[in-house]
Amino acid sequence: MAEAVETTQTSRQVLLRVQNLKKYFPIKRGILQRHVGDVKAVDDVSFDVYRGETLGLVGESGCGKTTTGRTIIRIYEPTSGHVIFKGQDLAVLRANEMRGMRRSMQMIFQDPYASLNPRMSVLKIVGEPLEVFQLANKEERRERVAHLLQLVGLNPDFMARYPHEFSGGQRQRIGLARSLALNPELIICDEPISALDVSIQAQVVNLLEDLQGELGLTYIFIAHDLSMVRHISDRVAVMYLGKIVELTDRETLYANPLHPYTQALLSAIPVPDPVVEESRQRILLEGDLPSPANPPKGCNFCTRCPQVRDICEHEEPAFIEVEPDHFCACHFVTPATVVGAQTT
Amino acid sequence: MAGTQRLLEVKNLTTRFHTEDGVVHAVNDVSYTLNEGDTLGVVGESGCGKSVHALSIMRLIPIPPGQIAGGEVIFRGRDLLKLNDDDMRRVRGAEIAMIFQDPMTSLNPVKTVGFQIMEALMLHKGMDKASARERTAELLTLVGIPEAAQRVDDYPHQFSGGMRQRAMIAMGLSCDPSILIADEPTTALDVTIQAQIVELVKRLQHKFGMTVIWITHDLGVVAGLARRVNVMYAGRIIESGPVKEIYANPHHPYTVGLLGSLPGHGGRASARLFSIPGEPPDLVGLPPGCAFAPRCHYQTPHCFREIPPLEEVSLGHMAACWEKDKVRRV
Repeated sequence: MAEAVETTQTSRQVLLRVQNLKKYFPIKRGILQRHVGDVKAVDDVSFDVYRGETLGLVGESGCGKTTTGRTIIRIYEPTSGHVIFKGQDLAVLRANEMRGMRRSMQMIFQDPYASLNPRMSVLKIVGEPLEVFQLANKEERRERVAHLLQLVGLNPDFMARYPHEFSGGQRQRIGLARSLALNPELIICDEPISALDVSIQAQVVNLLEDLQGELGLTYIFIAHDLSMVRHISDRVAVMYLGKIVELTDRETLYANPLHPYTQALLSAIPVPDPVVEESRQRILLEGDLPSPANPPKGCNFCTRCPQVRDICEHEEPAFIEVEPDHFCACHFVTPATVVGAQTT
Repeated sequence: MAGTQRLLEVKNLTTRFHTEDGVVHAVNDVSYTLNEGDTLGVVGESGCGKSVHALSIMRLIPIPPGQIAGGEVIFRGRDLLKLNDDDMRRVRGAEIAMIFQDPMTSLNPVKTVGFQIMEALMLHKGMDKASARERTAELLTLVGIPEAAQRVDDYPHQFSGGMRQRAMIAMGLSCDPSILIADEPTTALDVTIQAQIVELVKRLQHKFGMTVIWITHDLGVVAGLARRVNVMYAGRIIESGPVKEIYANPHHPYTVGLLGSLPGHGGRASARLFSIPGEPPDLVGLPPGCAFAPRCHYQTPHCFREIPPLEEVSLGHMAACWEKDKVRRV
């Protein structure tokens, strides 16, 4: 799949390639801790991230989007599969080699209250990566931290303060400053705005966009808020129960969603316009997400899909490129149906 | 569906919390009326007083440190704030019901879901156990719980998040209340489940002619649900009006900012977001004047001196801003 993409658009450079990535968490029972099953949090996921782009990773809680992010950066050890970053397979690197790689890839987290150590000053928090990699002496570190704080829109005079003295939005800025300390190329943003108020969300999103322009950063933006993902992403991958069901560029995804789950998900987003809402027809999904410890046979979505047919309950659909740069995993979406839809 | 009968009138409601850091002015001089069958959306960010205002109506504010410092809540001709505890208990649940944000913590984990719904029926409606149980199963079916008759005996942990919120709604509906106050009922849920719950409440409202107060920070949900909207900031209603009017023609700079900070406004998904600078104010020791003035594009020296009153800008549409005639949607 990835090869085809490269030939169609040679100008794009693959920064990160995720191939057949799996992360299973074992379920153990009894005093002997027998292995009785697995929670298939990430189940055979493949995608590319191009340099300088923002790839949105969306899905509902429990779909594996956060686990995907964490497995890429090896907070979790992958069960199988490859994570190729700048030509090196991160999945097989030893711990100390991996530590070096983390200089180029950083992560920011959802909860700005839990992700900063309350006993450390801002100087210590933001300067810690420099200390770990012994990149600067004390004086240089102060300077660098002051610069980073300025970059994220905080007053450098605040560096002696502690996290509790800051609001949620400001803490998220501190987290961002820390992640920028080592000049990374890739930042995995795990729901960076979902804990923030609406007016503060816009501030942080604008900041992320400005920094991307200034520093040439690549983002994987993990979120459940589809309207914000639409705003910030160049391409969007939709996940359901550990698998990517659809992946394409932003415009195509929102204008022409092909997978029934993507269609339902898009139709569920409330639109902040009462006139639009009045005339909208929703696709309402029945029931809840199945447990990833016991996913349905066949297509993962078959228990809730409004268009389910026999084959869906037996055979798992392949994740195929149905039109250039548009991938989808559904039995009833094939290159033929997509072309057919365009001509009729 | 919407009658013209006045059902609830909130007048100058003021709630404070006396804390070690000082007096928190959580709700300040909030007034509005609600007609029978209406759907009111109350929007605002965390700490704007939207939940505390609802808890004050229900008299569920912990006293102390809380204190309902003034105002009236007239429901069917009676001031709820003056009722004794026994009378208030008869109003709660039976006439005004409330559902809460977090369905994980608002159900008792050691009692079955069925028991928790039956409890209200036996207490308020004087039903015996068998008929309460039967009614509970009906209610759970009504809110879309499959095989409700069996699931009555399930414990909350056996329900998913969406099902728990449905059970909470069933509990809220159990005594046929005239008003249902929903405090961020879908915030903890996924969008597809949220869509289910919103449709459910709309359907039930249509069926029973219930009046709904829907509290949320999500301007999208309100757009699809409410007929009228109150926008709150720092404990005050700063704008109020029919939903279409508020979205098309906001007259308070804060409402303008909130709408602008949502992606996709103006039809372009990639347009730069309009962000409101600064942070919401600390409710301890609010400065004189308009609480939004320090973050406002339209600020004048007057704004820092005097609190603007909530005044009509067009029929039924009110805004509390000295510069409201200049304010335009971005």
